[in-house]
Amino acid sequence: MAIPKDKMLEMLHSLLLSRRFEEALTELCQVEGKIPGMMILCTGQEAVGAGVCAALRPGDVIITNHRSHAHLLAKGADPKVLMAEIYGKRTGCNKGKSGTLHLALPEIGAPCTSTVVGAGPPMAVGRAFAQQYRGEPAVTVCFVGDGATGEGSFHEALNLASLWNLPVIFVCENNCYAGAQRLEEHTRIENIADRAAAYCMPGVVVDGNDAPAIYTTALDARARAAAGQGPTLIECKTYRWRGHGESDPQHYQPKEEIAAWRARCPVARMREAVLALGLISTDDLSAMETKVDALVREAIRFAEESPYPEPREALEDVYA
Amino acid sequence: MPQLTVGQALNQALREEMTRDDTVFIAGEGVGVSIHDNPMLPTAGLLRDFGPRRVRDTPVSEAAIAGLAVGAAEAGLKPVVEIMFNPFFTLASDMIVNHAAKLRYLSGGKSAFPLVVRIKSGAGFSAGCQHSHNLEAWTAHCPGLKVVMPATAADAKGLLKSAIRDPNPVVFFEDMMLYFAPGPVPEDEYLLPIGQADVKRPGRDVTVVTWSRMLGVAFKAAEQLAAEGIDLEIVDLRTLAPLDKETVLASVRKTGRLVVLHEATRTGGFAGEVAAVVMEEAFESLKAPLRRVTGPDIPVPASPPLERFYIPDAEQVITAVKDIM
Ligand SMILES: Cc1ncc(C[n+]2csc(CCOP(=O)(O)OP(=O)(O)O)c2C)c(N)n1
Repeated sequence: MAIPKDKMLEMLHSLLLSRRFEEALTELCQVEGKIPGMMILCTGQEAVGAGVCAALRPGDVIITNHRSHAHLLAKGADPKVLMAEIYGKRTGCNKGKSGTLHLALPEIGAPCTSTVVGAGPPMAVGRAFAQQYRGEPAVTVCFVGDGATGEGSFHEALNLASLWNLPVIFVCENNCYAGAQRLEEHTRIENIADRAAAYCMPGVVVDGNDAPAIYTTALDARARAAAGQGPTLIECKTYRWRGHGESDPQHYQPKEEIAAWRARCPVARMREAVLALGLISTDDLSAMETKVDALVREAIRFAEESPYPEPREALEDVYA
Repeated sequence: MPQLTVGQALNQALREEMTRDDTVFIAGEGVGVSIHDNPMLPTAGLLRDFGPRRVRDTPVSEAAIAGLAVGAAEAGLKPVVEIMFNPFFTLASDMIVNHAAKLRYLSGGKSAFPLVVRIKSGAGFSAGCQHSHNLEAWTAHCPGLKVVMPATAADAKGLLKSAIRDPNPVVFFEDMMLYFAPGPVPEDEYLLPIGQADVKRPGRDVTVVTWSRMLGVAFKAAEQLAAEGIDLEIVDLRTLAPLDKETVLASVRKTGRLVVLHEATRTGGFAGEVAAVVMEEAFESLKAPLRRVTGPDIPVPASPPLERFYIPDAEQVITAVKDIM
């Protein structure tokens, strides 16, 4: 079944936007004192957010983690409020409380972001439980890294989601590394998707740099979840182009390995696919790229011109 | 005496104890191959020099890391495990709180758990509340655990070596902002007893009890107040459990005034315990109500101005001191 044109273009736009957004962040991190805290990028992995979120409907929820930019942009986050939050500004989506590591936008269906590895799955169980409890037609997606599947919380959550047939899709973004550890240094399992078997749910492996393939896989999982047939574990095999964070010298990542994966760039592949299918003209593609570039510039301008929070605003937004 | 940073001093302590005792091993996330590749960090070079038998990189599995320590310790090994950031202590806490701390008691004293859990702590790097959350008071609340939180390079070395040799489980908090702070460190067998506070600055007028990174804040306040003729005595607690009441009480009996300073949040913070001990045992020496200077009761925010607002500073100490003078 061919993917509708508007979905293909939606994914293309989302890929271009995430890539540009993060390229800008890489540059901004070079400027001393501009971007506070750690900077964790998903450059090279953008197809996962783009493909999965394109399969979602309004009302669906995503729970993401420390490597969230592509997920959030694909879910429809305004680049301005993300950028402002990353800068630590008052106009950021979380008023400067979060910074880049736990960007949460409940208003677009992206609540409960956590930088605690493995924390997403149990909360996704709760979010999906609420959808089932209220009889909503919606589903919850939980993005985790390969490393997160080493946490007990991941396994408890999959078991419970399976037991209760909850409408949740666990998406494991296997980028070959957890911190400085290669996959084979933290688990004997070759395919994270195989973990699904232990919980009697489907486990699907998909090319994590192929947005349309991810979209199709997510669409199936969404249909299952929404039909009350329970959760799915999707493993997207991809690669982390950058270090764990921007200060990571990547001394443990072989240069040839990085180069090989760069050659499988998910953005370039999507661009070629839509052009080959004749879904967009080269002129319209350049126009889209120019527009994306303008969006990112505008986000940076907005962030730079926004004020920092007043120190005492630290006391707001907490109970008790 | 050689100058080392706190990070280097901890590294030296680990090396010396590993060299001395084959039962000492290291485990945790990134303790071997690290994304930081920084020679100033406590575990730098250990994998290279001691090999993969002694230095174990683990999956992202804090419960298993802590459980590894508990089980191996019962068998007579001396595990030194690392929790990457203080908030992730919660994931390891069942093994530490319900097991490391209690199994000796439950066994009627038959089993021992000579393990060390090193926890990287502190705020100041704008990562927000899931990376910065000082939970030392939680651990001090658990009978069966020793709790150490050094401030200087020499103390870090002497206390870590003692922690590794201690027959009890020791929770060892390292403030990451101190890793690069230099200080003189005695060479070789430098052991400091756990459970001894240290008067880091003798003074006449007001006792400031503090620990870890806040020691520097206390010194800054002391310098400024000295210019105004107010003489602070600074007691570095170094160990929260067991608490060295004698040193604290002796200081308060001398000055008659007390400020307790810590970076952790206020309600339920360890300042309350220090205050209670002083009220119970040295009430008659107090010339004024005591004061606490602590982080406010909020999660640590990420944005730099908000985070600076969170972290107690010398100004707050000075205000508290003047309040009770
Ligand atoms: C509970 C917990 N332990 C450790 C960390 C430190 N940490 C942050 S990301 C990370 C690696 C996670 O790897 P993976 O799940 O594969 O995600 P990736 O970073 O590759 O996207 C670690 C160990 C953390 N944030 N939370």
